[in-house]
Amino acid sequence: MSISELTTAELQSGLQAGTFSAVELTQSYLDAISRREESVGAFLTVCGESALSQAAAVDARRQSGEQLGTLAGIPVALKDNICTAGTKTTCASRMLENFVPPYDAHIVTRLKAADAVLVGKTNLDEYAMGSSTENSALGKTRNPWDLQRTPGGSSGGSAASVAARLTPLSVGSDTGGSIRQPASFCGVVGMKPTYGRVSRYGLVAFASSLDQIGPFATDVTGAASLLEVLAGHDERDSTSVNRPVPEYSRSVEQPLEGLRVGVVQEHFAEGIDEEVASSIRAAIEVYRSLGAEIVDVALPHSKYGVAVYYLIASSEASSNLARYDGVHYGHRASEFENMVDMYAASRAEGFGDEVKRRIMLGVYALSEGYSDQYYLKALKVRRLIRNDFDAAFKNVDVIAGPTCPTPAFKIGELVDDPLQMYLADVYTISANLAGIPGISVPAGFSPAGLPIGLQLLAAPFEEEKLLRAARMFERETDFHTKVPQF
Amino acid sequence: MLTREDVEKVAGLARLKLTEEEISEMADKLCQVISYVTVLDEVDVSNVEPMAHVADVANIFREDAVRESLPREAALDNAPKSDGKYFLVPQILENA
Repeated sequence: MSISELTTAELQSGLQAGTFSAVELTQSYLDAISRREESVGAFLTVCGESALSQAAAVDARRQSGEQLGTLAGIPVALKDNICTAGTKTTCASRMLENFVPPYDAHIVTRLKAADAVLVGKTNLDEYAMGSSTENSALGKTRNPWDLQRTPGGSSGGSAASVAARLTPLSVGSDTGGSIRQPASFCGVVGMKPTYGRVSRYGLVAFASSLDQIGPFATDVTGAASLLEVLAGHDERDSTSVNRPVPEYSRSVEQPLEGLRVGVVQEHFAEGIDEEVASSIRAAIEVYRSLGAEIVDVALPHSKYGVAVYYLIASSEASSNLARYDGVHYGHRASEFENMVDMYAASRAEGFGDEVKRRIMLGVYALSEGYSDQYYLKALKVRRLIRNDFDAAFKNVDVIAGPTCPTPAFKIGELVDDPLQMYLADVYTISANLAGIPGISVPAGFSPAGLPIGLQLLAAPFEEEKLLRAARMFERETDFHTKVPQF
Repeated sequence: MLTREDVEKVAGLARLKLTEEEISEMADKLCQVISYVTVLDEVDVSNVEPMAHVADVANIFREDAVRESLPREAALDNAPKSDGKYFLVPQILENA
């Protein structure tokens, strides 16, 4: 077995035992990138040289007996909407194609402090708006399980890079499912923490009340180790919560006693592929066989999630993206008539179709005469969605269901139908609206060999419970050990 | 539903210079989404407080103390046009 097929925990013990050095480890992933990246297209930037020098520094410090960080020598890729000082951060947009941030995002500082090796920046839907990574203006990412299919999105590059074993860990952002949906499509573990668990400082803002940074890994334990580094208070993001970060990687192996698993019957109704439904029913039986109690729960307002989400997320995006005016950074048009025309021309040239649509929808939903009908109404239904979860978590520890209604769709299949594309996020969106944590773990394959994801949701700040419940399932199954061959 | 004129008005507010083709397409695609979100009309939201965010925090203050900030050079580094001291923009006042 090659180094690049080991789990994060195996890589950590191999490094500690001296079986291989951080340089050897990093080199083997860079080799995998040079062999397979051309087919996958997961990265927008690969930082090979700096990755090797970070690895060499880790090796030298280990040699001299220094205490190292928890991710010492482990390669990590970052979604390209996370600011890295001195390394381009493009959001996969023409607008920021040449933008080099003057500072690191909080989580980049955390990863550096943990001695992780930063291998590169991954592709995404432009400004994280999309569910297939096809909205990237800078590259096409393919699903390692079937190169004719999308990896999902918006964190498609981060998911594909882990699925193809180009890196053991990666970081994404999730505004309506942008970590969990691509994790499901690519057969890896992806987790959205509770809103406020991870600082958003240096994450390029899309919808500020929904955005959250989270981990991708080949297994639950890897995700736990990475979350442990990402999570924690940061005074530069006042919505990041000041409460202790549990040692997720330690507790993850402990099964939960008396686990109550909630199941929403509506998840298995209209619109779900039968192959997905049967894998998820089988996953629920795994929990039953482990002694968990399976309880029906109702989330009557979740069916409004997609509508609520597109109003709120687009409204917030229209405000956040107002900063791209061609003045301070980003693209400026070369021809214009006056100042206002310069803004409008620069934005027209810099933004792609989907970003323009969302800005337009947001401006419309917030505009005079319509904001009560659209934006305010959406905020009220948002509270009802949250209330449903609060009631459900009085009776269950986690809610289990499909991450997505279908396995990965084909490249080009939904690109002209934004509404159908939005519905790919039907099961993931409510967690962002309610601010609760969610995880997608590999739970099967379709007859065509495409991965299927199980989504588990928990109450706010119950990441520890969520990871332990996910690990209980993973321990009984081998879906996460499968590696795509291409 | 959304007319061409509505789209042009919104595009103006959004500072987006759309082509004729984009305006037609935008009207069409936005209409689809807007007609989909009318599903919210069936929800009774009387006596429901709007939820703008889920964070369990109120205003958070810090000391209003002088501290180091981004150096000017770094702040100007990504500017499309700069003279090394300021961001340069086209002339704003006419006949100035």
